[in-house]
Amino acid sequence: MPCPYSRLSPRAYPEEFAMRIAHYLNQFFGGIGAEEHAGKELEVRDGAVGPGRLLESLLGNDARIVLTLVCGDNYAVEHQDEVTASVVEKVRHANVDLFVAGPCFDAGRYGMAAGALCRAVQAELSISVVTAMSEENPGVDLNRDALYIIDSGTSIANMRNVLDKMARLSRKLVTKEPIGLPHEEGYLRRGWLRDQLVEKKAATRLVDMLLAKMNGEPFESEMPPTAFAPIPMPAGVKNLSRAKLMLITDGGLVPKGNPDRIEGTAATRWGSYSIEGRDDLRAEDYEVSHGGYDTRFVQEDPDRLVPLDALREMEKNGVIGKLHDEFISTCGRSNPLSNTRRLGREMAAKIKRDGVDAVILTST
Amino acid sequence: MVQITSALPIAKMVGANRVVLGTGIVHVTGDAKLPPADEKELRRKLVQKALDALQSNERE
Repeated sequence: MPCPYSRLSPRAYPEEFAMRIAHYLNQFFGGIGAEEHAGKELEVRDGAVGPGRLLESLLGNDARIVLTLVCGDNYAVEHQDEVTASVVEKVRHANVDLFVAGPCFDAGRYGMAAGALCRAVQAELSISVVTAMSEENPGVDLNRDALYIIDSGTSIANMRNVLDKMARLSRKLVTKEPIGLPHEEGYLRRGWLRDQLVEKKAATRLVDMLLAKMNGEPFESEMPPTAFAPIPMPAGVKNLSRAKLMLITDGGLVPKGNPDRIEGTAATRWGSYSIEGRDDLRAEDYEVSHGGYDTRFVQEDPDRLVPLDALREMEKNGVIGKLHDEFISTCGRSNPLSNTRRLGREMAAKIKRDGVDAVILTST
Repeated sequence: MVQITSALPIAKMVGANRVVLGTGIVHVTGDAKLPPADEKELRRKLVQKALDALQSNERE
């Protein structure tokens, strides 16, 4: 099927433009194709492609997308370092004022790639960057503190509206106008605190909010709590006696010497450790890297945190099919969500690779 | 996945679907106050509960 966005004929542009833009798209929005083309390597096109054409027109006559970079979602995530380095180089040579990625809506790999590219371009080239995603896109939590991410919602039908917000914010960033609050500009909360002059003291504002709440009237919190999107519940394990189980803990149990140097607070790493051929965990082989609870009992007998002895019995009795030869460990103390979500995703990727059917997570 | 934890409010807050209550923050799958044989029996029961939860389709 011919794609409407492919191989655009070059349009006539005047020589001078006030705003030069580079735009990143995935293979779908770049007009290459759907999931079967997700392995496509990075491609460079001159001028605007697909949604970029609408973005260009919304930005006005003095704006021009000079370069569009298109990459398959799988390729971008699997070769992130290579793609990032390549994109940064190409954007550098294009000499642009603005880098735009997406909008990505709820496409997770697209969002993660767009976020990583925006961060790299912003950090290395010091030019303005804008992207757009839905709140639940995994690219948001990884990058919300570093980037302006327009809230795209999940529906591609809102493309025009999303691009309009991206265009407005882009123009402000490039011309260095002050940026309004998230709900004014349409970007996702960045978790920043900003000083603001107000008429009323904190105590008065607090009591006002409380009264409004009691009266069932609307009020706006100055400190919105972190929201957790509901996680769909996977179906129960059908045949446990044939299933492969794995043990994971966030209680910080590590082999003596802590080979992966897992931090006892705000851990940035996790480890996977062999339990092959062992029927229980011996105190002399392990230590605990966790600064948030009294670890003496677990030091004394690590099965109090990672119940290998009981599960090994159940494996021998045929209650479960197989206990995986490794357990995963990290430390779950005082860790920012952006970090723990990354750790979780990395663990999930390994669990999938290893063909594990079910996991028992023990948490202190 | 099933989570064995003694910090139930946290598991609920983040939306864990299958949760089994452990025997204390300092020894989630043990109890230092019990004689070793009893402690092991307790751990067997706890792990069995976790396995039951894994097979169930009820949120718990």
